[in-house]
Amino acid sequence: MAEEIVAQFSKRFSGGPSINVDTLRIACGRPSIAVIFGASGAGKTTVLRCLAGLERPDSGVIRCGDEYWFDASASLFLPPQRRNIGSLSQDYALFPHLTVERNIAYGLRRSPATERFTRVSEVVRLLDLAGLERRLPRQLSGGQQQRVALARAVVRRPRLLLLDEPLSALDSPTRLRLRGELRRLLLQLGIPTLVVTHDRFEALALGDDLVVIDNGAIVQSGPVQEVFSRPANLAVASIVAVETVQPARVLNVAEGLLVLSVGETKLAAFASDFPADTRDVFVCIRAEDVILQKGESRPSSPRNHLTATVRCLTSEGPMVRIDLDCGFPLAALLTKQACEELDLKPGERVVALVKAPNVHVIPR
Amino acid sequence: MDWNAILLSLRLASFTTAILFLVGLPTAYWLASSKRRWKFLVEAVVALPLVLPPTVLGFYLLLAMGPRSPLGQFYESLTGQLLPFSFQGLLVASVLYSLPFTVQPFAAAFAGVDPKLIEASWCLGESRLTTFLRVTLPLSWPGVLTGMILSFAHTIGEFGVVLMVGGNLPGVTRTVSISIYDAMQSLDYAAAGKTSLLLLALSFLVLVVTYTLQRNIWAVWPKKS
Repeated sequence: MAEEIVAQFSKRFSGGPSINVDTLRIACGRPSIAVIFGASGAGKTTVLRCLAGLERPDSGVIRCGDEYWFDASASLFLPPQRRNIGSLSQDYALFPHLTVERNIAYGLRRSPATERFTRVSEVVRLLDLAGLERRLPRQLSGGQQQRVALARAVVRRPRLLLLDEPLSALDSPTRLRLRGELRRLLLQLGIPTLVVTHDRFEALALGDDLVVIDNGAIVQSGPVQEVFSRPANLAVASIVAVETVQPARVLNVAEGLLVLSVGETKLAAFASDFPADTRDVFVCIRAEDVILQKGESRPSSPRNHLTATVRCLTSEGPMVRIDLDCGFPLAALLTKQACEELDLKPGERVVALVKAPNVHVIPR
Repeated sequence: MDWNAILLSLRLASFTTAILFLVGLPTAYWLASSKRRWKFLVEAVVALPLVLPPTVLGFYLLLAMGPRSPLGQFYESLTGQLLPFSFQGLLVASVLYSLPFTVQPFAAAFAGVDPKLIEASWCLGESRLTTFLRVTLPLSWPGVLTGMILSFAHTIGEFGVVLMVGGNLPGVTRTVSISIYDAMQSLDYAAAGKTSLLLLALSFLVLVVTYTLQRNIWAVWPKKS
């Protein structure tokens, strides 16, 4: 049965902002990852805490399938203990006085010893924690702590996993390495997951679906790539801030230079220490990094010369956004002056130039 | 040396500490975690023995436990004995008098436990009580031990309340500090000196242990930040 979490609630803070979630839907019958995305202070963490039962909304309804977790009109509020969710806080909150093994087994107190043992060894193997069982949390690296916290949450087989900025506590090289790994791990665990993040690349690397939150309200939701490439309005566009996002396949990697195919179009990209066996990626191109040139393609330094057709021009303050079709939709941002000099009109043929380092590649 | 008095004091302090441990845990937990507005009133009541003259506390206790008070009558109907001038009466007085010395270090230790850990435990299905036993208490044991040591030492040394509520009955209510006072009154400086030295050594030892365990609570010097 396709279970779904449906949440519609509001929460006011005295002297602070108010959170108004109007119908957040998370499919939790199949393993998929939804990302709640928004700037710091937009209310993402509060939404997560309300779902976990750590915060009580002022009004509204939260239900999972036909089980009500919160119903203001019936004064119903299920505490976190009875919601069967797994939660991972920003700094992982491992119990400092317990070993890795006892941290993982913490939530299995009521299970018989043999089952506890099988389940713990299962997640220890799955999350590659063998050999660390007797260590204390302070003797672990950030990445290891994250995996232990994840193990502790999933060992109880929750029906929903809530991750609050799962990568923010890590140093930046580890963060980049774990970004792609975490998605693979979560899909492998097969538990529907809700991730909160303020990092757009993290959102792209982790999520299937995206929920954009601004000022405590949901402004857009849908499949990740759709939200990023077709923001519903200017506010969403400025939050997601990347104009072109396309799924792509890696054809070749040599010394950091990648050859990718986006549909029929080939792209060159530059990414140092790119994981060698990754094939499926997202490419992101910011509109201000796209240079337009009229007439035939001439030799020049940018690696990517894309023949494109102008689809439409939209005025954005002093800038003009030009939507192009070069086999995939591509957006360029030009000054009004440049646009007038080039005399661009819809239907016209142009060449779009993009330097390889400006093609941002996000492994999936 | 008045060994009778020393043993009595040790017995009184042990019982007081045991009772305070049981009373202090829930009280301190409530103080550390409650968000009620009138919490400060409870805090003030708990801290009252710190500033109240022991004679005042003793006076009111004597009134409350006396044979004409409801409490005194209830206790008499239950046991056939009177509370004042008995070991049990002394115990009640000591518990109240040392309450802040238990509750304040307990509460400070509980409040120092990262709330994220407690919430993590809730999300892992553990109730508030089991979370307290499995996370909060193990992580605050230095503070809990400090509170117990302080109340033990404080009870050994109490004088005013004991004199008011218990009087000076050898073997029943004559504690070690009253025995020193007695010795001084009868000009037996040798006995007073010996017992005093013992108490001085004990107090010093207690403070050394306490400060070693817990450097943040009850610090005499301002903490270096």
